Amino acid sequence: MSHSVAKQRHWVAGTIAWVSALIMFFPIAWMALASFKTEVQAVQTPPLLFFMPTLENYRAIFSEANYLLFAGNSVAISVGATFLTLLVSVPAAFAMAFYPTARTRGLLLWMLSTKMLPAVGVLVPIYLLVRDAGLLDSRTSLIIINTMSNMPIAVWMLFTFFRDLPKDIIEASRIDGANLRQVLVHVLLPLVLPGIASTGLLCIILCWNEAFWSLNLTAHNAAPLTAFIASFSAPQGLFWAKLSAASVLAIAPILIFGWISQKQLVSGLTFGAVK
Amino acid sequence: MSMATGATVSDPAAKSGRKKKKVGGGVNTLPLLAPSVGLLLIWMIVPLAMTLFFAFRRYNLLNPMIHGWAGFNNFKYLLEDPALLHSLVVSVILVVGVIVITIVLGSVLAAVFSQSFPGEGIARVLMISPFFVMPTVSALVWKNLLMHPVSGLFAAIARFFGFQPIDWFGQFPLTSIMIILCWEWLPYAFLILFTALQSMDEEQLEAARLDGASVIDIFFNIQLPHLSRAISVTIMIEMIFLLGIFAEIYVTTAGGPGYATTNLTFLIYQRALLAFNVGGASAAGVIAIVLANIVSAFLTRSVGRRLEV
Repeated sequence: MSHSVAKQRHWVAGTIAWVSALIMFFPIAWMALASFKTEVQAVQTPPLLFFMPTLENYRAIFSEANYLLFAGNSVAISVGATFLTLLVSVPAAFAMAFYPTARTRGLLLWMLSTKMLPAVGVLVPIYLLVRDAGLLDSRTSLIIINTMSNMPIAVWMLFTFFRDLPKDIIEASRIDGANLRQVLVHVLLPLVLPGIASTGLLCIILCWNEAFWSLNLTAHNAAPLTAFIASFSAPQGLFWAKLSAASVLAIAPILIFGWISQKQLVSGLTFGAVK
Repeated sequence: MSMATGATVSDPAAKSGRKKKKVGGGVNTLPLLAPSVGLLLIWMIVPLAMTLFFAFRRYNLLNPMIHGWAGFNNFKYLLEDPALLHSLVVSVILVVGVIVITIVLGSVLAAVFSQSFPGEGIARVLMISPFFVMPTVSALVWKNLLMHPVSGLFAAIARFFGFQPIDWFGQFPLTSIMIILCWEWLPYAFLILFTALQSMDEEQLEAARLDGASVIDIFFNIQLPHLSRAISVTIMIEMIFLLGIFAEIYVTTAGGPGYATTNLTFLIYQRALLAFNVGGASAAGVIAIVLANIVSAFLTRSVGRRLEV
């Protein structure tokens, strides 16, 4: 009796869950569908569900829209900023997790508080600084800004990973006769690599989707995909099928990253407060 | 690759730390901490000081002849401008509305998804997908493919049932933006709350079930209290990001019609980069910073309280 009740509950829960999931995913699926229509089919009413799919839009995105320039900018900015973020965050998180002092707690909270500084509050000075440095519409400025704005999250996420490692592991290996370099490379590195990988992944995702600074600081040469897609909102740019194709290409890599790493991302997305 | 860099950076420092340890017992972590702390200090102080400075200056990028001290005039004009109050109201409606909707739906869905059912992994992946879509893409998809009054899908559905299609961004601009934001942030709330539920004691749930507690009893008396920490973190983080919402408004309504969808972020953008009024925009920036600090005081406190160092 109680068994059948439990079974029934699962069936109801499963149905609700699947319906909600399909509703949430629908806009993405609808966009993907539109990307295989012709421009005429894409604006047709009532909307077409069945049609001969075409790759014309994808071809056009590469040949006409200079898509590779913007995708290249996105890759360069995300990878560059993530590399720099990890370069300064890993040592800091390592130091705080393995050698905590009385100030560590305050330091971590202060880093978190810089993340709360609203971007728009410093829009004017950053814009003027970037302009005066001649870095408007350059990848460099976006790499620096993304590095700075993701660093607190990276430090926090790495700190929570490092903190959960056994602390006496270094001392134990030292006693076993390994020198410090060997300890770091052979003992610590394999243990922290998964944490660093998921932190890097989160940084890439955040950089890839960053829109505020890219819309305000780039024009054409350094515009990443977020800004490129936004240019479709201009009245002359009503090419919905092409927009859909460009969007599918723009979100696909990050969507896949997100799917793979959903569990690991949580500690970064909550500053380590939820595990 | 990046770890190798991290290791080489930390190597000499750790060595010198060992020497010190023999002397003092502590480890010198300064070389490891200095780069990130130094950079963050610069990142925080320089723009902040400039914003404060400009807020008291007469400064328009289009007219360099106008300069000098403005005293509190920038703040005076700003506070007398009805647009400021309006943008604050829009910000609050967006932040509070989206947070309430995503937390309520997110907790219910987290509880639903924590049951086991066929294909749960795939359903979860579909569920959280919108969070990874870049804001400009989600704004344009909703605006052009779904909510467009002529050829959008919603219009087609309305016509199919014999209703007049709704001009979403014309008639209900703020609601439309909120729908997009809820779609983007429900996955976040869901993912965090779902993860928190996963860490629940399975035996406690089982015992409650055996005692004959219904799904709803279990949700309100066991699961929801367990979620309180995750909910407070989700609220605070959503608050930080939602206060700064920009791209969705920029792409869909550009703040209009009128000031209907101009939040504080968009108002500052308009003043600074469309009107080139650096002084006025900086004064508004100061207000934004003060507001964000009030919010962040709560967050850092609630996170700090349970921070194990």
